[in-house]
Amino acid sequence: MSASIIELRDVRKRFKFFNLESISLELEPGQIMGLVGPNGAGKSTTIRILMGLLHADSGYVRVLGHAMPEAQALAKRDIGFVTDEMHLVKNATLDWHMQFVAAIYPTWDANYAAELLSRFNLKPAQQVKGLSHGEHVKALLLLTLARRPRLLVLDEPTSGLDPVARHEVLSELMDVLKDEQRAVLFSSHNTIDVERISDRITFIDRGRIIDSSDKEIFLERWRRLHLQLADQFILPNLPNIVDSAGTGRLITVTTNDYTPDLHEIFRRAGGTVHEVQRMSLEEIFVANVMRSRKERAQ
Amino acid sequence: MNSSSWLTISQTDPRPMYLQIKEQIRHRVAIGDWRPGQEIPSIRALAIATHVSVITVKRAYLELEREGVIVTRQGKGSFVMEGADLSTTLQEQELDQHLQAAVRVGRSLRLSDHELEHRLRAASEAHGTPAATESVEAEKE
Repeated sequence: MSASIIELRDVRKRFKFFNLESISLELEPGQIMGLVGPNGAGKSTTIRILMGLLHADSGYVRVLGHAMPEAQALAKRDIGFVTDEMHLVKNATLDWHMQFVAAIYPTWDANYAAELLSRFNLKPAQQVKGLSHGEHVKALLLLTLARRPRLLVLDEPTSGLDPVARHEVLSELMDVLKDEQRAVLFSSHNTIDVERISDRITFIDRGRIIDSSDKEIFLERWRRLHLQLADQFILPNLPNIVDSAGTGRLITVTTNDYTPDLHEIFRRAGGTVHEVQRMSLEEIFVANVMRSRKERAQ
Repeated sequence: MNSSSWLTISQTDPRPMYLQIKEQIRHRVAIGDWRPGQEIPSIRALAIATHVSVITVKRAYLELEREGVIVTRQGKGSFVMEGADLSTTLQEQELDQHLQAAVRVGRSLRLSDHELEHRLRAASEAHGTPAATESVEAEKE
């Protein structure tokens, strides 16, 4: 087993109006992790800590085997970071930027850069100020991908992109994983993108990681059950029932650990399972956030 | 082989992505597009071509291995299982799956086995009687 690409353990950071509480996560080589959370959940703060841009109050932060932020100069040679807030030089051309990045990073792959130019349909002679939002994102991605970093960290890479540009960006992200030593961490609230390309998913809300697992495990274990109840039905007190809603004799129960045994358990309590539905990642995300908030309020 | 046309994943399909992958591979094997012994795309290559995560494709491959459709050899790749008349076996398995699903729905409707049989016969009649079954029926009578 090769070493983790990212390792965060019990990372904390206090702000005046927001606390990051005990963040732990791990990313292995060859994987894509989606970091999913509502606005203000702590996604960008977590990313800034692991990029060494922000000092955690306590905890263990290691990226590509380097302690952060102490060894950030060394680690950053092999990390590509893309965020919307990143500014390019307005009056300079894309070509100027490419030469600039190539001069700094010895790993710059000019052939790959040329390939990306044509796939993204970008013109090297164009000045940055003339780029549309989508072109700007693709330009940032090109400047980062052509360095062939081992770790790609992307803060909301697909937000504000049209469907075609999103498709192009996601294709390139998948392409990075041809090399099994590389990994991608991306934050998003577009759960469709995350559901499609992530191997691992971490849900974050109000400064806490509320759940983190292989995507297939989420999709397999979370189900909605439609129950028809007998008159004297009392809902069994099961630990894996996240939510129950409904009126009269029809209720809908959400579970985060579905097994066929549940049918028998409900039957003995006087209910019939009418239908079992799988849930989309978006539905799982929302149910997970609501469960976590309810638990914290208690 | 054009890698972008191996399979397509639909976002409006209610089945999970790993099942869509499984069923499309089964189908390719069943119709002989992918022949016994033939090498099929690696997990990573298929994931990249279809823009679906590696873990999802891996799950589909693991289940197909368990069902004896494909075989993965360490360091060599994945292949369609060598075996006699795989296409019929697969179609039979598919039929069994559909029948099991029908039984489940029947049970939730509280249908007896007799009523289920009756419905199957009705469905078969609605579909028209194939020549082969006609002769079987004739022998019985």
